Amino acid sequence: MSYNNELYQQVILDHNRKPRNFHAIENASHSCHGINPLCGDDITVYLNVDEEAGKIDEVSFQGSGCAISKASTSMMTTFLKGKSVDEARQIKDEFHKMILGEMDPEKEEHHLGKLTLFMGIREFPSRTKCASLAWHTLVGALDKKFDGVSTE
Amino acid sequence: MSDTGVAGNVLDVEKIRKDFPILSQSVRGKPLIYLDNAATTHKPISVIERVRNFDAEKYGTVRRGTYKLSEHATQLYEEVRQKVADFMGAEKKGEIVFTSGTTQAINLVAHSFGKRFVNEGDEIVISNIEHHANIVPWQVLCEERGAKLKVIPVDDDGELVMEEYEKLLSPKTRMVAVNHVSNALGTINPIKEITQKAHAVGARVLIDGAQSTPHIKLDVRDIDCDFYTFSGHKMYGPSGIGGVYGKMELWEEMPPYVTGGDMIMQVTLEKTTYAKPPARFEAGTPPITQVMGLGAAIDYLNEIGMDKIADYENSLLEYGTRLFKEIEGVRIIGNARRKASIISFFSDSAHPHDMVHFLDQDGIACRGGHHCAQPTMIRYGVPATTRASMAFYNKPEELDALAESVQKCIRIFS
Repeated sequence: MSYNNELYQQVILDHNRKPRNFHAIENASHSCHGINPLCGDDITVYLNVDEEAGKIDEVSFQGSGCAISKASTSMMTTFLKGKSVDEARQIKDEFHKMILGEMDPEKEEHHLGKLTLFMGIREFPSRTKCASLAWHTLVGALDKKFDGVSTE
Repeated sequence: MSDTGVAGNVLDVEKIRKDFPILSQSVRGKPLIYLDNAATTHKPISVIERVRNFDAEKYGTVRRGTYKLSEHATQLYEEVRQKVADFMGAEKKGEIVFTSGTTQAINLVAHSFGKRFVNEGDEIVISNIEHHANIVPWQVLCEERGAKLKVIPVDDDGELVMEEYEKLLSPKTRMVAVNHVSNALGTINPIKEITQKAHAVGARVLIDGAQSTPHIKLDVRDIDCDFYTFSGHKMYGPSGIGGVYGKMELWEEMPPYVTGGDMIMQVTLEKTTYAKPPARFEAGTPPITQVMGLGAAIDYLNEIGMDKIADYENSLLEYGTRLFKEIEGVRIIGNARRKASIISFFSDSAHPHDMVHFLDQDGIACRGGHHCAQPTMIRYGVPATTRASMAFYNKPEELDALAESVQKCIRIFS
């Protein structure tokens, strides 16, 4: 299955099987429901933000979707814990550019760390929304979009 | 019969495949296995050539020019209307209205029939296993007219619960709109019985035939439905063309949906009188070239024979169903007693979107998603399914490859 290595790496498969931070946060300071209408991926992201410090103390999610959307959300939660809100927004922008093929993490400076695992998505335009749903929903939560967000 | 049980004696599938140029290509280094025929079908060379020849030599506007090129194009255009009428078993060719496809056909009927016949307090009946194209236009109509939408439930196997259907019918029912074949499950619905029961309370019946037209020999007069819709691109013809059969007595009573040129009798700045059906419902220049392609597709289907196509596809369905029942961790969604050649399935370990991604790596084109039938997915408690939909150009070996690829995918995700 070498041709799939680029997208479905073991780490992604592992996060799909055992998603991290896969629970709701009671009384979360921020939360948002995100859907991908084309595929039916459906997640809710919960955050506890320390407003004064502008820092994400806690982040979790619940929902259903394909391996890419689940792993992307799971990895996002592990990556963002302890980061500042500004950093989170910047990472979201970089992630988005990477999966659209507008930024090459092997050549350009970035703050994506392990998230570059999702670089292979750029070869599969029909799957970019699976990977970006988590991040759209995150920004929806930070922006207090109470009606939820959609990738369409 | 070959040892797969697929009726190779009914059709020479290798010979048929040579008629479809697109099928001989490779995808990602593997021979293309095309199993998304419920979404759209491919075109035989005769369709491609008819379209090309028409555009190269015979193209002209229809129903308005008074010169040779236009008169001839008009004649060819109307010949296709007759061909469609014969293919569907309609009595008169004027009962066929061309549209861009089934979606527009249902919208046309919902708007026009609704405007004329549906009032506050009336009821429209649909089923739980409709395509969104046969749900949303009726929801919108009900909202606009103050009517009520009722839904025929479906059992665990994917069959409509006919006792419940009967209970939904009343003198308030104006329209029953159901599909002939469910695009998400493959169920063949008992449309003749549905029609009889609707007529018994004075309701009219629209059959969404998008999925059935390419698979089942039709006789709209025997079914006795009031409307029957179809899409050209699901029956080996071009996209952008389809239509709807309607009983002439109803068409005559119905107001236009889209207005403009070509659908009028006379226009003054004060008042317009409308043309007779079918012209009343075909405003503007129609997709002339696509109509020619549709005609060629019908010729092709007639040449093979719809009975043979149904026999062959049924044996493919049986073979594929046997294969899938043996795959551990997979369940088939939709096990109706009467089905068209669609196998929709779900695995708890691999989500349909991951599944179709892996199938694509093996050159297999399958659909993963809700198939524009979200209420059907909700009914069966799945977010989406993977759907293999077969045509008469598919081979049993392709289903073997599909089953193998599915198993491989499940192993990776388990």
